Amino acid sequence: MPKIVVDVMPKAELLDPQGKAVTGALSRLGKSGISEVRIGKRFELTVDGPVTDELRADVQEIAESILSNSVIEDVVNIDFDAADGTSAS
Amino acid sequence: MTFKIGVVTFPGSLDERDAQRAIRIAGAEAVELWHGDHDLKGVDAIVLPGGFSYGDYLRAGAIAAVSPIMSEVIAAANKGMPVLGICNGFQMLVEAHLLPGGLIRNAHQQFIRRDQALTVENASTAWTNEFAAGEEIIIPLKNGDGGYIADAETLKRVEGEGLVAFRYAGINPNGSLDDIAGLTNERGNVVGLMPHPEHAVEAGFGPDTSEAMRSGIDGLRFFSSALRALAAV
Repeated sequence: MPKIVVDVMPKAELLDPQGKAVTGALSRLGKSGISEVRIGKRFELTVDGPVTDELRADVQEIAESILSNSVIEDVVNIDFDAADGTSAS
Repeated sequence: MTFKIGVVTFPGSLDERDAQRAIRIAGAEAVELWHGDHDLKGVDAIVLPGGFSYGDYLRAGAIAAVSPIMSEVIAAANKGMPVLGICNGFQMLVEAHLLPGGLIRNAHQQFIRRDQALTVENASTAWTNEFAAGEEIIIPLKNGDGGYIADAETLKRVEGEGLVAFRYAGINPNGSLDDIAGLTNERGNVVGLMPHPEHAVEAGFGPDTSEAMRSGIDGLRFFSSALRALAAV
């Protein structure tokens, strides 16, 4: 089954409270050299048929209007060829 | 005549019964609405209640914002019907783009529950006309995702056009930009806020005041404001 992967991140200029908490935890653990952690989301969309241009446009629209909120997040990547047999690992 | 105010129940709503009760105490008829319907049952105004619709999956309010009833709520709001979003309901309103900006996790990560002082900034909306601009009120606040954010341009517009309905007073509990606790749309019929007016409508069950414990009923005027706005139409 073809799989499409969408990556969404909180906007760079906005506070990411989760990432900030993890940054603090790493620092407490003495893991030096990591100055910031930001946490985003990965969506894996399994599709029934081939990835057509129409489907690409559809997924682009879904990613921008539903999977992310453009006020607070950016769609940073859409991988339309995530499942050509190699990504099973 | 008795006005009908609908309260929508979503999977994961928590405060719909309190909202219905607040509506009745204010003197209106409370009508139960269901997220999966396309039927507003002839109501005159709508409350989107607090809670954790769909477990806050995806983003708080995001899945509820695309539920069947919301297409009717959005259409009604665009025609001028008074709509109040409380907490999770506010999150739905921003996700549905009826109000600008967004809400993210509280700045210090914690869920916060406190009696919160607010300054009424805009007292000419359908849900705030019984307040005076600049008045300080106290109603409960209880949420995890209450940090209001918007880009610089949106924030400038929100401030410039008087769309800030409420600001946190005394303390900013969650990192909201410009201490914003609640917003209105340009028309003044749609209002959303993180704190909970429906939990401060009846003496004995509200926040403490200087007069007596749990005697705060500042939330009641949200609902009486809506009745006044409806009567004026």
